[in-house]
Amino acid sequence: MTRLLDAPERFGPLPQMGGGFIDAIEQSRLVGRGGAGFPVATKWRAVAKRSGGRAVVVVNGAEGEPRSQKDRLVMTWRPHLVLDGAFIAARVLHARRVILYIGERHEKARSAMLRALGERTEPEGALVTVAAAPARYVAGAESAAIHFLNDGVATPTTAPPLPFEQGVDRAPTLVQNVETLAQIGLLARLGQAPATTLVTLAGAVMRTGVLEADRGTTVADAVRGAGGPTESPRAVLVGGYFGSWVEPEVAWQLPLDHETLRRHGLGLGCGVIGLLPARACPVCETAGIMRYLAAESSAQCGPCFFGLRALADACSRISDGSSDGNDLSRLRRWVDEVPGRGACRHPDGAVLFLSSALRVFDREFANHRAHDMRRTA
Amino acid sequence: MSDQLKLVVDRIKCDGRGLCAELLPELIRLDDWGYPIVDSGNVPKHLLPLAQRAVEDCPVLAVTLRRAEVKR
Ligand SMILES: Cc1cc2nc3c(=O)[nH]c(=O)nc-3n(C[C@H](O)[C@H](O)[C@H](O)COP(=O)(O)O)c2cc1C
Ligand code: SF4
Ligand code: SF4
Repeated sequence: MTRLLDAPERFGPLPQMGGGFIDAIEQSRLVGRGGAGFPVATKWRAVAKRSGGRAVVVVNGAEGEPRSQKDRLVMTWRPHLVLDGAFIAARVLHARRVILYIGERHEKARSAMLRALGERTEPEGALVTVAAAPARYVAGAESAAIHFLNDGVATPTTAPPLPFEQGVDRAPTLVQNVETLAQIGLLARLGQAPATTLVTLAGAVMRTGVLEADRGTTVADAVRGAGGPTESPRAVLVGGYFGSWVEPEVAWQLPLDHETLRRHGLGLGCGVIGLLPARACPVCETAGIMRYLAAESSAQCGPCFFGLRALADACSRISDGSSDGNDLSRLRRWVDEVPGRGACRHPDGAVLFLSSALRVFDREFANHRAHDMRRTA
Repeated sequence: MSDQLKLVVDRIKCDGRGLCAELLPELIRLDDWGYPIVDSGNVPKHLLPLAQRAVEDCPVLAVTLRRAEVKR
């Protein structure tokens, strides 16, 4: 079966697509690849029902997750497939606009997308505009993308309204990740989505970078595909900064698909698999990522702005040896109190990550001594 | 659809003055930074009048009462 990155760079003109295509998406059980793993068909139906020829399709190529590279790779190497998905969405949903929302620092990806766009002859090409997503973590969140496209401010907004109710130009809006759209492109071309997932291998592997994983591929297979670990890892980060640390023995056997991981209480998120080398300090690593996530809060919601800062500060105090001894119990209380209390899922993701650290690095957090090895990455 | 009313705080509007928690300690407590924690949000009948006051008295109109519904 054809895989995303082995597919021809360009197929012929797009086949005609009608509302029945949503059934095909449903049968393929495709879920979004931007992080939340939400069923694609459900979202399309919600927009289709309300469109009335006004819908807007936002192609999400913001890729704000620092360690992720797969969205850039798809845009750079298979831009036509992404456009296929976007044009089909426009056709099926009777959209009036298609917006390519591409991270401002992803220059190669943007120029590949623009070049591909210039080669297209379908009428949908005329619906397309291009926008540069600010290089901030939350700029890729769907409500932030919509806010930016409407008012030039890339911060999340309160729901309701949800995008399918009122998004860009106050019209029903589909925000879809670029990898998801490329999958849609192949589904339309070949009658079958490839059942693969793009993951980014990071940290202590021989070859960091993107890998296309077939269904059933485990973390161990993927790491082997990346040349194996550079040294025995202390833990594996599954799902990036909104994901979870997992003990290596457990992680190796995990399959790289959203459904199975969810049953394990985990998530594939944006597909980052990071190996923490055994010589790195898990506490300092966790504190560094928490500081980053706290700084990336859009500072609109108290529990996120003050909460993440407090969490990051407590981690940092444990990490640099200045804790009064109560920080660990504070952290344990706060990880229960902070989630679910922001306008977007930023605090939820950050807390999920931290909770996994407190669990997996239980001993290290309890016995941490300040040391000089602040950051290893 | 149900008749159950839920207390919802708009997290962007809320600036944590805590008035709602004073009015409705049964449903709302404050976190270490002064922002409301609304556990289930479900408002029992006998607390409806107070919940309505919380809606009206929040200085930034961040509190609303919504019919509990199933997510999309
Ligand atoms: C803080 C935050 C950041 C996000 N960043 C991105 C991003 O950079 N790219 C992306 O595709 N989705 C991102 N998302 C997910 C989007 O909100 C949205 O769910 C996604 O683009 C929908 O596409 P999908 O269903 O194809 O995954 C982010 C979500 C949150 C809460
Ligand atoms: S939860 Fe955090 S990141 Fe999301 S909108 Fe509120 S302040 Fe911004
Ligand atoms: S009264 Fe309003 S502003 Fe004050 S804490 Fe409650 S919701 Fe927030």
